[in-house]
Amino acid sequence: MGRAFKLGDGVSTDAIIPGRYNVTTDLSALGKACLIEARPDFAAAVQPGDVIVAGRNFGCGSSREHAPLAIQASGVKAVVASSFARIFYRNAVNIGLPVIQCDALFEAVEDGDTIDVDVSTGSISTAGRTFQAEPPAAVALKIMQAGTLVDLIKTGGWAAIEEV
Amino acid sequence: MGTLTEEIFSRRLGRRVRAGDTIVAPVDYAMSHDVTTPLAIEAFRKMEMPLWDPERVVLVFDHILPANTVAAAGLHKLIREFAEEHGVVHLFQEGICHLLMVEKGFARPGGIIVGADSHSTTYGALGCFAAGMGSTDIGVVFATGRTWFRVPQTIRIELHGSLPEGVYPKDLALRVIKRLGAEGANYLAVEWGGEAVAAMTIDQRLTLANLTVDFGGKAGLCEPDEVTRDYLGEAEVSDLQPRDPEYLQRVELDAAEVEPQIACPPAIDNVKDLSAVEGLQLDEVFIGSCANGRLEDLAIVARYFEGRQVHPRTRTMVVPGSKKIYMEALKAGYIESFMRAGAIVMNAGCGPCLGRQHGVLAPGERALSTSNRNYPGRMGSPNAEIYLASPAVAAASALAGAIADPRGVS
Repeated sequence: MGRAFKLGDGVSTDAIIPGRYNVTTDLSALGKACLIEARPDFAAAVQPGDVIVAGRNFGCGSSREHAPLAIQASGVKAVVASSFARIFYRNAVNIGLPVIQCDALFEAVEDGDTIDVDVSTGSISTAGRTFQAEPPAAVALKIMQAGTLVDLIKTGGWAAIEEV
Repeated sequence: MGTLTEEIFSRRLGRRVRAGDTIVAPVDYAMSHDVTTPLAIEAFRKMEMPLWDPERVVLVFDHILPANTVAAAGLHKLIREFAEEHGVVHLFQEGICHLLMVEKGFARPGGIIVGADSHSTTYGALGCFAAGMGSTDIGVVFATGRTWFRVPQTIRIELHGSLPEGVYPKDLALRVIKRLGAEGANYLAVEWGGEAVAAMTIDQRLTLANLTVDFGGKAGLCEPDEVTRDYLGEAEVSDLQPRDPEYLQRVELDAAEVEPQIACPPAIDNVKDLSAVEGLQLDEVFIGSCANGRLEDLAIVARYFEGRQVHPRTRTMVVPGSKKIYMEALKAGYIESFMRAGAIVMNAGCGPCLGRQHGVLAPGERALSTSNRNYPGRMGSPNAEIYLASPAVAAASALAGAIADPRGVS
């Protein structure tokens, strides 16, 4: 259970981690710079277990994996968006940041509402209401269950995905 | 059988592949650059496997070249050490990764290429399937030579007619983005076809394929044809073409009806006819990038700049996309035209596009760029404005010190 940080439509990876802050692989530095210009209060206010609730095309633009890493390092438990840009979604799954698409949630959530998300089942509860999102597709679910893409391929080889 | 994407994957896997299938496929090349390589190296090391093929990994220094901070220099050093340790053959510091992948001959019709940069879609102009991914995906390719795809459905974009004077492929791409929106092709492949594409040079097609990711496309492909064959300089173009394709959507656009377009802040799909914003004063003009940093783009700008001066209030920067292009522009006299006109010419690379190194914008400033990203903060202050347009619009605007229609410049 955490609080919802509500963001709008079209939040780009440039907004999540601007180019001037991603010349590093240091996770703690990335976490501190998460949304530093788009929502300057975010990094100081976010607590482990909080959830980002966003509108359409979340994570559009640059393929920088620093973006999901920055969100993960900030302590965010999951991101729920009305839709995700393809590369961001794949990157998030690959590094073990839970992400799920739920179009109906956005209008129902206010910034600061309590929220709990179970990405593997698609169950989302907030402010006394429950939403059932489509659970992740088979490959994404398999990577999530393994932890990361590296964990899955290192142990199971590509057969792990070919069998899906 | 099928779309270009289905044809490419079917030929490669030796079996019929259809949109919607989940497949694991070998790739020809895996590319990453100075910002995305360090995280790819981390993923690769966690795999605890040898490098798959030192000749099929392409590492490029272009986003921050030369290094401008100790942190950037540290990342470059880490990449150089990795390349040396594993005998990586293709290590470049002579231009933008996406231009080099084409220039060096890595992009081939029917090929499969993945890159740790969203604009890896660019190479599709030569008829290969090329997609952008993140560092972890690329690091796993470094170890295994393979990756997984959900074979995408395709949007077919038919560009009819011919380009009017002062209108370029950038304008057509922006017009398509206006119609489909910033996520209009999310998870989908895009085929660019029709008589306007058939009449285009490879430089022009590369602009279309490049901008495909900016409306969400996973790959942007052009059918290889005689133009492709001439460009590659050999008879390598196979009979690759869509065969009885089923498209998710068809989009038709008559090039003859398109006016110069401009993407206004804060996003690429806020596209207007240029006339809507003509006259807005500019603090900066940037000409270059993987969208429009090729020789033909520079030739257009040189034509406008010849014998003229850029407006004193507008700092104008020209960044040739690669060393080869820079040297050809030197020979053709373009560089001299730029410098005589008062523009700053910088070393080949990504330049001011990503606000990390030079040409950074102050709060309240307004820039016009030939690149492909205008998110707030992209080129510097989040309180600066970025407009995106063709090289012709950029050139006319630099001369006027304000957004200007190239058709009004003789």
